[in-house]
Formats: sequence, C-alpha cells, structure tokens
Amino acid sequence: MRRVLVQDRVTGLAVLAVGLMALAVGLIFFYAPTDADQGFSQRIFYFHVPIALTSYACFGWGAWKALLVLRKSDPDADLESYTAIHQGVIFGALTLVTGSIWAKASWGVWWTWSEDQLVLFLVLFLFYCAYFMLRFSVEPGPPRENLSAVYALFGVVLIPVSFLAIRLSHEFIHPVVFTSHGPQMSGSQFLTFCVALAAMLALFATLYHVELAGKRVDARLRELRELLA
Amino acid sequence: MTPPQGAPSEWQYVAAAYLVVFVTVLAWIAIVGAKLQRLQRTLGELVEKARDRNG
Repeated sequence: MRRVLVQDRVTGLAVLAVGLMALAVGLIFFYAPTDADQGFSQRIFYFHVPIALTSYACFGWGAWKALLVLRKSDPDADLESYTAIHQGVIFGALTLVTGSIWAKASWGVWWTWSEDQLVLFLVLFLFYCAYFMLRFSVEPGPPRENLSAVYALFGVVLIPVSFLAIRLSHEFIHPVVFTSHGPQMSGSQFLTFCVALAAMLALFATLYHVELAGKRVDARLRELRELLA
Repeated sequence: MTPPQGAPSEWQYVAAAYLVVFVTVLAWIAIVGAKLQRLQRTLGELVEKARDRNG
C-alpha cells in the first residue's frame, strides 16, 4: 500500500514538474517583458535564481535529515540526507554554469573573484563536493552516518552567509533583486519567477524521490544477495 | 508575445543556459534508466538463484 502511494506521489510530482516547467518556459519567453537594463540575457535569471534557491533547499533538507540521523540514529534518514545533498550538488553545479553564462552575457567575463556571493557559493559547492569524499572514505555503518550528518550540518551554516553575501558585499555588480522593500521587478516578472521557482522545486522533489527509491531498492537487493550467498 | 529584441549573441547565451539545464536533466534521466536496467538484471539473477536453491 505504502509503495503504491509512493509511486503515485512520484508520478504526480513528475507530472507537476513537467507541467510547471512547460508553463515557466512559456512565461519566460512569451509573457515576461524584456528587462530595460540587462536586455534579453536577463531571461537567464528565471532559471538561474530558482536553481540556486533549490540547491539551498536541497542542502537545508539534507541538514534536517542529518539532524534526524544524530537524534534518532535512523539509517533511512542518512540515505535521505545523502540523496538531498547529492541533488543539491547537481543544482549547485547548474547554478554555477548558468550564472557563469549570464555573467559572460552581462558583464563580459565568465567569472569574477571580486564578487563575494559568487565566491561564497563556490565555497559552499566545493564544501558539499567534499562531503562525498568524506562519506566514501568511511566504511558503511553508524560511524559513517554520524560523520556525514555532522558534516552536512556544518555546511548548512554557509547557506545564510552565501544568501546574505550580496548585502555584505561592497561591490554591487551582482544584481540585487530581493531587498527589504520586496522584489525589485514588475508583477509579470515576479509571477514568472515564482512559477519557475515552483517548477524547480517540483523537479527537485521528483528527482529526490526517484533517486531515493532507486537507492532503497539497491540496498534491498544487496541484502537479498547476501542472504542468498 | 514579446518579440526577441536582443542581439544574436544574447540569444545564444540564453539558449546555452537553458540548454545546459535541459541536457543535465536528460542526462540524469538516462543515468536513472541505466541504473533501473542494472537493478532489473540483478533482480533477475537473484530470482534465478532463489529458484535453483529451492530446486
């Protein structure tokens, strides 16, 4: 029964993700106005920022599950934390690549070390890349689960720093869209952004559940193989 | 419908950014597909093994 519900949830999420993604692309190219300041290249914003926010959500979810590992010693939470961080690294890599393309289109350079937000996001990304090195250098079992959980919780501290870096920065090349006065964009642009963000979150939820299901089946098959050996 | 007003190079950058995202998602689907096939093969082998064991 639970398996059927999970399968239905994954199917529902996949349909939602595809629908929202199609709607987001439609709104980005046929509804949102061309930005007066940045021109056509500003349309990268509608994917770049939601992808970055989704990677933060992945790392945050991974940290929450890591906390459950430490509190309840739940091996399932360890697998969930690992899967969320894996997804976060994929979304993080996409953030860096799309951001780099946008930087080239807007600023004329692929990367600039003088921007605190870019550097901090790179640090966050590399920190979580190192998570896998740590995880796979330890034998499976409670020590690995605890080490991975502590590392995931340390990493989550970097998220608010990375998020607020733009406000701490002295150079404002990187556009500031969300200020204390609300989003600095028109209603149609904000609607498009919200749909794109919902699409990315739905995509993450779908990929997360599919990957998690695959890993659980893999673990069960390994158990079965040991029993039959 | 908003007509394209950017220079061709701007179009190329936007297309490249969106292409990267969609290609990544497609690659991910391909990897999951390959993994499912591997799991299916393993499951088949284990079923055979269990059958042999039960005579």
